[in-house]
Amino acid sequence: MTCDDARRLLTAYVDAELDVAHNMDIEKHLETCPVCARIVENQERLHSAIQASDLSYEPPPALDARVNAMLRGSVKPAARPRMVWPWIAAAAAILLALVFAGRLSVGRPQASETLIAQEVLDSHLRSLMPGHLTDVESSDRHTVKPWFDGKIDFAPPVVDFASDGFPLAGGRLDSISGRVVAALVYRRNKHLINVYIWPSPAPDSPPAAATLQGYNLLHWTQGSFAWWMSSDLNADELGQLGAHLRQSAR
Amino acid sequence: MIVPAAQERLFLSEQNKLAQFEFLVMPHRKAAYNLARWLTRNDHDAEDVVQEAFLRAFRFFDGFHGGDSKAWLLTIVRNACHTWMQQNRKLTLDEDMGEYEAAEPSPETVVIENVDREALRRAIEELPPEFREAIVLRELEGLSYKEIGAVTGVPVGTVMSRLARARGRLAKALGERKAGGAV
Repeated sequence: MTCDDARRLLTAYVDAELDVAHNMDIEKHLETCPVCARIVENQERLHSAIQASDLSYEPPPALDARVNAMLRGSVKPAARPRMVWPWIAAAAAILLALVFAGRLSVGRPQASETLIAQEVLDSHLRSLMPGHLTDVESSDRHTVKPWFDGKIDFAPPVVDFASDGFPLAGGRLDSISGRVVAALVYRRNKHLINVYIWPSPAPDSPPAAATLQGYNLLHWTQGSFAWWMSSDLNADELGQLGAHLRQSAR
Repeated sequence: MIVPAAQERLFLSEQNKLAQFEFLVMPHRKAAYNLARWLTRNDHDAEDVVQEAFLRAFRFFDGFHGGDSKAWLLTIVRNACHTWMQQNRKLTLDEDMGEYEAAEPSPETVVIENVDREALRRAIEELPPEFREAIVLRELEGLSYKEIGAVTGVPVGTVMSRLARARGRLAKALGERKAGGAV
């Protein structure tokens, strides 16, 4: 075997990827060729150094949560029983976030709200699956608003905020806590924002912000409607759209 | 509107799919993140790419008919990374990917002795993507040449030459030049 022939196969030799015949040829060649032997030695040392250095990156725990939520978002109802623990943990986390933000007055029924938050996020993630985002795709409020007629027993306020940088992308029906709700979809650059609206007997309440699995949520009650917003958009800009929505619903 | 009966049937089979997906594919999420992190060289982008890859994998899971689920998932992750790299123009497309013989400086004039972990990490990070993915799949994920060929879409001979050239570059970057060159 010539040095050139051997050189081509040294890497496969080090990786034990050669057949027996070639392996023997290389071993014979290495006995007589110190240059090729040096290359093999270097490659073996390199291999040992990489193995000893533990160079693998560990996925951040939040990524597991994101992936799990995304997968479950696509198959929610049947997957529900398995979600109990993460669900309670998430509910506790958002409750804490709301309490620490000082935006929840003591004595209000927060628990149900935190559970709704998880459902809103599940719905948001589900809407990101292909074909799930909108039932009616339009930036025209005069198309979107009548579309809801006859499908739900309330008329959600529909306004386009394109001039403020939040164009309306469409609407769909969704389901939160077993009730059918109106979902409006807005865009902010490349981010999608879901706005969920349904009738609520609760008195008007100021907006409460929370972060759940890396997503920002905003919730308030106004004009006999419960409002929930969810997005991967930053909290500031989400708050801007929230302010526009509250202003226009006044 | 939601039609309960039809919806229920859908969820049943979807639930089955999820259970199978969790059993066969989810155990490889560390490998998926590791490959994406090495190819994007960035925590945030790696997370986005992996999430996108899992979404694709779940969507295409009906088309997975047994076999090596790790190589199957890593193929999707790798393709998602390359899409990301093209979008972000971080892939040097003019990188010479010729054969081993093509003018690669010979690594036999250096000696590898003590290798610093951070220097090693940096040297691998600086490899062109095709070399980097071959090294990561081989050294960190323990894939065979055949599996690396399947994941990266090239023949086994190309895997071999990429690994040889990648190691040549690493040896040059990390080794100390022996006085007088070759022995």
